[in-house]
Amino acid sequence: MLVIEGLRRLGFGPFALEVASGECIGIAGPSGAGKSVFLRMIADLDPHDGSVRLDEARCEAMPAPAWRRQVTYLAAESGWWADRVGEHFVDPARARALLPAVGMAADALDWPVTRLSTGERQRLALIRALIQEPRVLLLDEPTSALDPETTAAVEALLGQALARGAGIVLVSHDLAQAARLATRRFRMANGNLQAAQP
Amino acid sequence: MTEISLSYGELALASLLLWLNGALSLGLGLGLERRMLMAGARMVVQLLLIGLILKALFATASPLLTGLAVLVMIAVAANEVYARQDRRLAGVWGIAVGALPMAASTVVVTLLGLLFEVGADPWHDPRYTIPLAGIILGSVMSGISLGLNGLVGAVTRERLAIEAQLALGATRLVALRPLMRQALRSAWIPLLNQMSAAGIITLPGMMTGQILAGVDPVEAVKYQILIMFLLAGGTGLGVLGAVYGAAARLTDERHRLRLDRVTEAK
Repeated sequence: MLVIEGLRRLGFGPFALEVASGECIGIAGPSGAGKSVFLRMIADLDPHDGSVRLDEARCEAMPAPAWRRQVTYLAAESGWWADRVGEHFVDPARARALLPAVGMAADALDWPVTRLSTGERQRLALIRALIQEPRVLLLDEPTSALDPETTAAVEALLGQALARGAGIVLVSHDLAQAARLATRRFRMANGNLQAAQP
Repeated sequence: MTEISLSYGELALASLLLWLNGALSLGLGLGLERRMLMAGARMVVQLLLIGLILKALFATASPLLTGLAVLVMIAVAANEVYARQDRRLAGVWGIAVGALPMAASTVVVTLLGLLFEVGADPWHDPRYTIPLAGIILGSVMSGISLGLNGLVGAVTRERLAIEAQLALGATRLVALRPLMRQALRSAWIPLLNQMSAAGIITLPGMMTGQILAGVDPVEAVKYQILIMFLLAGGTGLGVLGAVYGAAARLTDERHRLRLDRVTEAK
């Protein structure tokens, strides 16, 4: 489904990778190795060489916003641009329905953003991306601030996305998480992607 | 006109006030006396020089020299806008993003004032062109400084919020619009204050000068009103151009945030 060829930028890459529908690719590796750079290039958030295409549609052939709605990057640190939580969601009703699944109060959308903890922000940012039903999710440490129980709930939600045919590229320090979710695992070191030993 | 010419002796007498401040600084240990002296001397020399230059310029009434003088003023103002930025766009854009809209709006609005309002003969008479361009340029310059500083600072601070929107498929205009609006507002505030306070809290300098020089107060006021409208037009146009230009340069055609194009000033 997602085909990456010769993707490179500033000493990172070239990367080649294919992500099939319903597949989760796990990537681990030390900080600064280029994991986030890799995800950001796939989402076309940083200038780069090489090509990424979704089925037959090349990234540069479509407007960047349209690309990013299908290939959505979720940064390790979430961003918020309005005062109320609910204003950040294209479809607040759908978001509200998903809140209990990640252990959050149903009225969280009415809260001011300042009230949210780091872990709550992380879960809400994931829901914000999920309800747009992207075909590929690029997740950068999506559960770094969560306890094991909530992490399991988030993983279940990701499992549902995989089941409906989404592809996921998951960057995570949590090797056990990669083992639970990923169908294939890689290691990023010095800007290069190597297949990890299973 | 019934202007009362000041003698240099009278100016020297007035300078005693600055000397008095210098003595106070010395007595109170403020350590400002040298700087006061220097600033005072600079002010006197700079103003006398510009007086001589303007006198020569008015005498020649050459459109070429007048245009050249306006260009020099714009260049100095452009440098000032550049110097006032805490963070600026890298390379030639750091200057251009302020200088181009500033030059364009100053020239357009000054021409508007000269051709359709003042109607001097010839229309480019330096006696009108230079002061008009100067006062418009000053206002446009502070507006653009504020607008650019506001926008580039906010965009740098709000990186996460902007990129979160872009990553979800927002266009760059949608992601930056609130910050652009805020920058435009902050650029407009000084002029709005100036207009609201004019005549009640402050007597604008230009008008006061005209009155001191013997012009009928009502005539001076009419000029001041004209100037205010010209300032509003010039500042609005210039700031709009600068903020949109900077926003375009802070992003790219693939709707990416390009903070790699921003450099910290020293």
